[in-house]
Amino acid sequence: MDTHEHIVRSYEEELSALNNKIAKMGGLAEQVLGQSIDALEGRDPDLAAATIQQDEAIDLLEAEIEEQVIAMIARRQPMAYDLRQIMAALRISTDLERIGDLGKNIAKRALAVVGEQQPKQLMLGLKHMGELALGQLKEVLDAYIERDADRALRVWYTDEDIDAMYNSLFRELLTYMMEDPRNIGLCTHLLFGAKNIERIGDHATNIAETVYFLVHGRPITDQRPKSDTTSSTPVALRSAG
Amino acid sequence: MEAKVADQPIFQMQAPVPEPVATPVMEAHAIKMAARDVCVFYGEKQALFDVSLDIRDRSVTALIGPSGCGKSTFLRCLNRMNDTIEGCRVTGTIELDGVNIYSSRVDPVQLRARVGMVFQKPNPFPKSIYENIAYGPRIHGLASSKADLDEIVVNSLKKAGLFEEVKDRLNESGTGLSGGQQQRLCIARAISVNPEVILMDEPCSALDPIATARIESLMEELKQNYCIVIVTHSMQQAARVSQRTAFFHMGFLVEEGDTTDVFTNPKLERTQDYITGRFG
Repeated sequence: MDTHEHIVRSYEEELSALNNKIAKMGGLAEQVLGQSIDALEGRDPDLAAATIQQDEAIDLLEAEIEEQVIAMIARRQPMAYDLRQIMAALRISTDLERIGDLGKNIAKRALAVVGEQQPKQLMLGLKHMGELALGQLKEVLDAYIERDADRALRVWYTDEDIDAMYNSLFRELLTYMMEDPRNIGLCTHLLFGAKNIERIGDHATNIAETVYFLVHGRPITDQRPKSDTTSSTPVALRSAG
Repeated sequence: MEAKVADQPIFQMQAPVPEPVATPVMEAHAIKMAARDVCVFYGEKQALFDVSLDIRDRSVTALIGPSGCGKSTFLRCLNRMNDTIEGCRVTGTIELDGVNIYSSRVDPVQLRARVGMVFQKPNPFPKSIYENIAYGPRIHGLASSKADLDEIVVNSLKKAGLFEEVKDRLNESGTGLSGGQQQRLCIARAISVNPEVILMDEPCSALDPIATARIESLMEELKQNYCIVIVTHSMQQAARVSQRTAFFHMGFLVEEGDTTDVFTNPKLERTQDYITGRFG
């Protein structure tokens, strides 16, 4: 919805500052996610350490946003679209903070697998999944900045792709582990990394829901199938007899 | 030979399926007053344009809008206060329990007993607290004895949440009370004649926050038994006390709906601009 300017200019400035902080936080979260995957793929301890460090800036921004939101609710008693903007900022900042943590966690795993000598082919699926999640995150942040509910809705639907890729990666990594027990260490780290990326996709989906609510004032009512099935996938171990 | 050693799922945790949450349904309230195509003219100037609005019983309806939007004019139509203004003409119908209050068979004095009013500035009579309340029941013949009248006075003061503060000085002047107490005295006075509808025209705009909170809390209690219509300039107050909100602008009823919807997700941009303090 197009809105006019506030009569009170300082209110308008506060809303715009909130918007900018979310944009900044989103940029940092994208960076953490992108770098953590690069660090894992390239077994690059320096990049991993730098990425872990960067998550702190995200945490600080989250605290700042929360403080500002509380102050604005207390002082402005926001209504209607303003209220939704303020609540959306609070919710999105929580999701971005979680995304930052999950990215940091991937970076930590990059540190843990530095010495591993397994073929890089093992990494391909994870890298691809990371790129997909990063694309979703960029897209949903643009949808937020543009207040574009349709764009947010598209992100919401495509979370299925990440889930599907996670399912297939789960199976793929299982086969590597069965093939050669020496792969188990690395593959377990990669599996957790993949799970983190899958969770990042879920947070991007949450942000999409928030953007939709921000624009329309009502939640998304469509049903989207939950498609991460790994938690109920049976693993058949075979033994030669 | 190949034997299945384990064919059990290693992870069997399923994400819990969320229970469908039932949407709370607002208790259905009967329509107490129904305005249809109401227009008001002050001489040549038209102040209200084709306003149609249902007002529900046992709930608070808030009328909001910028100064001069017609909300007070509309409020005054509901008990024919506009009759007293020279050159004022009202067209359309306003029904109270299905009867048009502008019909020639309706006595405006009786009507105003059924539809009471509380004004912006507390306006107690320059008489004792007791007399302020006893006056209405007496002229409407509601009390057959002194004991009856005493009971009405005490009950009205209790309902208005004022009795405890004034019970030892019922014979002192009503004008000696604080602003908030005076306003509650006026509410007690309005209640004393057993009205069905209470109209309030910015009842808290002359009061401090504590007195305002007392009146708002009183409105919450009163709405259990009365139909309340309030005009207020405070968006926050409208959001706090009312169940339905009607937004007026330039003589038109722009939007009307459940208060929660109007203040969280108004349908029209004009409503949004007004309640969020933007230029329209």
